Amino acid sequence: MNKFADFIARNQYSHMIILAVLLLVILPLSMDIFRLNLVGKYLTYAFVALGLVLCWGYGGILSLGQGVFFGLGGYCMAMFLKLEASSPENTAIQSTPGIPDFMDWNQLTELPWFWEPFHSFGFTLFAVIAVPAVFAFIIAVAMFKRRVGGVYFAIITQAVAAILTILIIGQQGYTGGVNGITDLRTLHGWDIRTDEAKYILYYINALLLFLALFVAAFVIKSKLGRLLVAMRESEERVRFSGYDVSGFKIFIFCLAAAISAVGGAMFTLQVGFMSPTFVGIVPSIEMVIFCALGGRLSILGAVYGTLLVNWAKTSFSESFPELWLFAMGALFIGVVMAFPNGLAGVYQRYIEPLLLKMSKKDDSPSAPTPAAKDASSDKADTSEETLTSEERKHA
Amino acid sequence: MRLPTFENTALARRGFLKNLLAIPAALMLAHTSVPALADEVNSTGLAVTDDTVKVGILHSVTGTMAISETGSVQAEKLAIEQINAMGGVLGRKIEYIQEDGASDWPTFAEKSKKLLVQDKVAAVFGCWTSASRKAALPVFEQYNGMLYYPTFYEGLEQSPNVIYTGQEATQQILEGLDWAAREKGAKKFYLLGSDYIWPRTSNKIARKHIENVLGSKVVGEEYYPLGHTQFNSVINKIKLKKPDVVFISVVGGSNVAFYKQLKAAGIDMGKEKPLFLTISVTEDEILGIGGENIEGIYASMKYFQSLPNENNQAFVKAFKERWGDDIVIGDVTQAAYLGPWLWKAAVEKAGSFDIDKVREASPGIELTTAPEGYVRVHKNHHLWSKTRIGLAEPDGQYKVVYESDELIEPDPFPEGYQ
Repeated sequence: MNKFADFIARNQYSHMIILAVLLLVILPLSMDIFRLNLVGKYLTYAFVALGLVLCWGYGGILSLGQGVFFGLGGYCMAMFLKLEASSPENTAIQSTPGIPDFMDWNQLTELPWFWEPFHSFGFTLFAVIAVPAVFAFIIAVAMFKRRVGGVYFAIITQAVAAILTILIIGQQGYTGGVNGITDLRTLHGWDIRTDEAKYILYYINALLLFLALFVAAFVIKSKLGRLLVAMRESEERVRFSGYDVSGFKIFIFCLAAAISAVGGAMFTLQVGFMSPTFVGIVPSIEMVIFCALGGRLSILGAVYGTLLVNWAKTSFSESFPELWLFAMGALFIGVVMAFPNGLAGVYQRYIEPLLLKMSKKDDSPSAPTPAAKDASSDKADTSEETLTSEERKHA
Repeated sequence: MRLPTFENTALARRGFLKNLLAIPAALMLAHTSVPALADEVNSTGLAVTDDTVKVGILHSVTGTMAISETGSVQAEKLAIEQINAMGGVLGRKIEYIQEDGASDWPTFAEKSKKLLVQDKVAAVFGCWTSASRKAALPVFEQYNGMLYYPTFYEGLEQSPNVIYTGQEATQQILEGLDWAAREKGAKKFYLLGSDYIWPRTSNKIARKHIENVLGSKVVGEEYYPLGHTQFNSVINKIKLKKPDVVFISVVGGSNVAFYKQLKAAGIDMGKEKPLFLTISVTEDEILGIGGENIEGIYASMKYFQSLPNENNQAFVKAFKERWGDDIVIGDVTQAAYLGPWLWKAAVEKAGSFDIDKVREASPGIELTTAPEGYVRVHKNHHLWSKTRIGLAEPDGQYKVVYESDELIEPDPFPEGYQ
């Protein structure tokens, strides 16, 4: 037991391994496919929360419009799947067979030009990342080059989310409007609605999430990560040291957007449709809540926060269909008041010291002394340790 | 609300939070349910026991749609309670599991799946907006469930897994336009709607009918985003173009702004110059708009609370006794009330709860006790029903001024209107 505690408290990969065991082994074995599919859906939101840890927690850029990138990624994937589902045989009853059903309802008689490339799966995969990233790049260049930041930037991102929602709903002939793009069936002839497909998609999703976690951990550990923290604490000082502050901000914002978009695409595949409800302001803010609840400085906290909030949402709403929103409200208020640094804060304040104490009792000569530990934490070897030092700075 | 019991093996895998919540619930439960095996009335493993059958109710009881969908939930619960008081369905009491769609389309898909896969309900009464139905529909088709959908809607759909108890667009629209042309001599029409699939499809049908069948003119067609509240420019356009009829499919909160602004702009709706004909304002919406603000407009739909027939009087009385005296009943609420009754009739005709058998038995099912009068299920899963025109009065009720002679055939894919 003590060795285990020692492993968890001191090994830099231990937390990642625990999450991997949880997501890849424990949950698939303990849940039926319906619940597992729900977890898969929650995990797609974790991509967004992870992006927010990077750009908000580390970069200090609060974006209240991350749903935009989640939605764009999801729509790109949905367009591909919808075209496949709208083969001339499947849509024979329409006035114009071969185009998606909602276009037919809106008197369109041919496929709009920007839908054409989505016949290709390769292009779709490229677009899932590229479209949101380019869109984020445009926003970020327009804002950060002019040194717009803080609250103003948050408001702009909200406006973007609102504008895009209105655009999608308004252009329903091209986008499916408020209904979204529904009734998606197959991917290259592979039926994504079967239980087997759901298992496979769950694992693909989980592996992509780990990939994103490693990218995020790498960024945080790198010099770029240090610069982001420095910029967050004092942007002017970094600028006067000769760094191009806006360039770093643009990069991290685009990275967060691309990660969110992967989540959106996986959402479409697992849930089977995409709708403008994910692009709007409310889901965007919800995703900030997932991130805040997990702890905005912890990439793993983002995953746990997302899982916890959504799990609670599903459980409460199934058990108390008319009152569940109050329970959710109480959960948010309770966690934020009691633990301002979220779940990760709880872990650091209460659980980690306990684990360290347990491992100290073990008193094995090979364990590093507390002094050595302090020294290494200055180097910020792992994300968790960076977080500890951040914590101290805040305290 | 009924919670799963510990006998439900799936529960064991639902995580600690759910288990914690289920403990007091299990204590509250008077009896447990053990699914009967290979029962002759249930060969597909639905949640049917020797004396109970489970169904689902899936509407938004939170979020922006809650105000509209609450009436449907109340109607469905009332119907279920009445059926149980009469001895249930095939001798089994109906137990309902209520889920909240939370005005969020993906949630409707999630909860539909939960009801079908985990709870194994024999039927679901639910969905309201087209978007929520579109989201849930693939789930019902994949897992072969049966959905009773209450809202009047745009048509262009006919699923083997849905019974549409509201009117599809042609049933509601054509009769209203014919009436305006015949009784009021209308020649110029102005079409106005919220910007989503239902108003757009409805107006497409209306325009074809006006131009091709009535030989009249459409002098304007406009759409505003959902939730839009500034209608002054369109009111000016209406004043300028002087249509005989303004045909309105504006939904939700926008209605409140629209009719108040009409009144403030000095248009007296009672003068019928122009005449306002809506397909979207039921008694429920008038509660929010205020009877005095909308007095004098006409509505074209299949049900009004003021219908004088005996069925309806009994229904309104029972509804008020169950849910309170100051409640109003709109078109959709009545359609939702039909759901459990139509399902009961189909199950009894089939002699089985099996979805396939219920589906087969459904066409031809008739209800003589429906509050709106006689209805019958068409083989395209929509209802034969009459269309009525109501005149809005200051007390928030409609006075029925016209009723179609015959039942109108549902035609979700109208030829010549697409």
